[in-house]
Amino acid sequence: MSTAAFLDAADLNALWLTIKLAGVVVALLLVISTPLAWWLCRSRSRWRRPVAAVITLPLVLPPTVLGFYLLLAMGPTGPLGRLTTALGVDSLAFSFSGLVVGSLFYSLPFVVQPLQNAMEAVGQRPLEVAATLRAGPIDRFFTVLLPLCRSGLISAAVLGFAHTLGEFGVVLMIGGNIPGETQVLSVQLYEHVEALDYDRAHRLAALMLLISFATMLLLQWLRRDGRSQKVLGF
Amino acid sequence: MSEHIHARFCLPFSKSDFQLDVDLRLPRQGVTAIFGPSGSGKTTLLRCIAGLQHSPVGELYFGGDCWQRGRHRVPCHRRPIAYVFQEASLFPHLNVAQNLRYALRRAAADGPSLAEVCELLALDALMERRPDRLSGGERQRVAIARALLIAPRLLLMDEPLSGLDPARKAEILPFLEQLCRQSNIPILYVSHSVDEVCRLADHLVVMNDGRVIDQGPLEKMLIDRHLSSDSDSDVSALLRAEVEEIDTQWQLARLAFDGGHLWVRSNGESIGSELRLRIRAQDISITLSAPSDSSILNILPSSIVAISDEPGGAMQLLQLAIGNSQLLARLTRRSVHQLGLRVGMPVYAQLKSVAIIR
Repeated sequence: MSTAAFLDAADLNALWLTIKLAGVVVALLLVISTPLAWWLCRSRSRWRRPVAAVITLPLVLPPTVLGFYLLLAMGPTGPLGRLTTALGVDSLAFSFSGLVVGSLFYSLPFVVQPLQNAMEAVGQRPLEVAATLRAGPIDRFFTVLLPLCRSGLISAAVLGFAHTLGEFGVVLMIGGNIPGETQVLSVQLYEHVEALDYDRAHRLAALMLLISFATMLLLQWLRRDGRSQKVLGF
Repeated sequence: MSEHIHARFCLPFSKSDFQLDVDLRLPRQGVTAIFGPSGSGKTTLLRCIAGLQHSPVGELYFGGDCWQRGRHRVPCHRRPIAYVFQEASLFPHLNVAQNLRYALRRAAADGPSLAEVCELLALDALMERRPDRLSGGERQRVAIARALLIAPRLLLMDEPLSGLDPARKAEILPFLEQLCRQSNIPILYVSHSVDEVCRLADHLVVMNDGRVIDQGPLEKMLIDRHLSSDSDSDVSALLRAEVEEIDTQWQLARLAFDGGHLWVRSNGESIGSELRLRIRAQDISITLSAPSDSSILNILPSSIVAISDEPGGAMQLLQLAIGNSQLLARLTRRSVHQLGLRVGMPVYAQLKSVAIIR
């Protein structure tokens, strides 16, 4: 059975949008999370624990709560809304960019945690060794820390990607259901069920199950290769 | 320009206690061993000198160069040092050759070549191996090679042999001895082993509880401080001697030291070569007259400089002068009493064994 027959155009559109969203979010998150994880690892600031708590909040917070506050922030009187107005760009609410912003918060802990675990496992010693070999901070970061965190980086990317794929509550609150803009797989699936179109719902659900299973299988492999490194730290 | 390393560090542990409180002038040549029990601050001192640890109060001068003073502090990667860590410190994601090239790429211009260093430490067969496929001894050899390749002006070694079993130690020591003899880089060598110190060091700093108790030339420190590692059995003295004569009939070598001469088993030494001898206090016995019927080869006329009690009460240590050299002898208190030994008395020291340590 070909994909074209398996999914119709609207569902394919949703699949493509979901993958695009997860890809953009993971790329941004890796850039944001690497220094953040490093700071959480090394800092002795009294802000470390509160910041860590805020970052991990989406693990326990109902996504609708996060979505509700983001919606308020993106609204015309919210801080993000005023910022977009001042910059003369479109409002984030009910747009793809809005979904990206929401997903950054939503998936942040899933990227930060594996990175932080990997950096803690690397420890201070290899970096000290590099410093005694005349490697400056940036040199040490790229030639020692990142290579030694490789499996942590891959876990972070895989987890962040997979978690963004399954996002529902936040999307529904701030994105709505606009085809090609905010209509991602999970929302599309909900639509099919609402419309009692169980045939299409089955296909989407099966597809997402398959993707999730493949992701977790990949993680198990990584865990075996990384040996002592924990993939999931929570 | 000052020829010293001047290090003053004050590192508080808690309000009343210090992790490190030192003010040191160290020679900028030869091997200076920093000796003391574990927890005495040796490693902390080395880390402060390397710039790996920050002592809020401190001053560090390497000759005329200031590495730390007040708020001015040269970061570790800008100090012309190299550091050999206690345990394996090779980068696990790089093989031996890549670990060495990591240093080579960042090295000062006038450093030794890869080929020279690989030959010195016999690394040619290991180049393609990854660190987890090396033995502990091989790993330390690679770490030492990597430290040399950076072309340091000061080499810091933090108990590089302590993680190794005796067989591995014996495998590395010859490399270290050769390095210490040949290198014109000053070396600071942290150790709690009298044996390593006797073999490698020229100068000794004795530390305890974060403070420097004493420092000076190795021979003097061994005599003055009765240094021992774990047991008392390695209290010893050091003599530097020169091969004067080889007796091929009896396979013996006659060595001259400052104060007399000694016979030792000849092991292919050439005349004129310099040796370092270690004589343990427990291997010396004392007679009042020169015995003519003893099997002991080396009987040296000497005089008693000092007598001190050893902890435990049964044993005493005699400090003996032979010309300008000094030895330590461990006797029971009863023997000292029965022979009526006193400071200033002329006696004969019988040396049961003399170890050539390098």
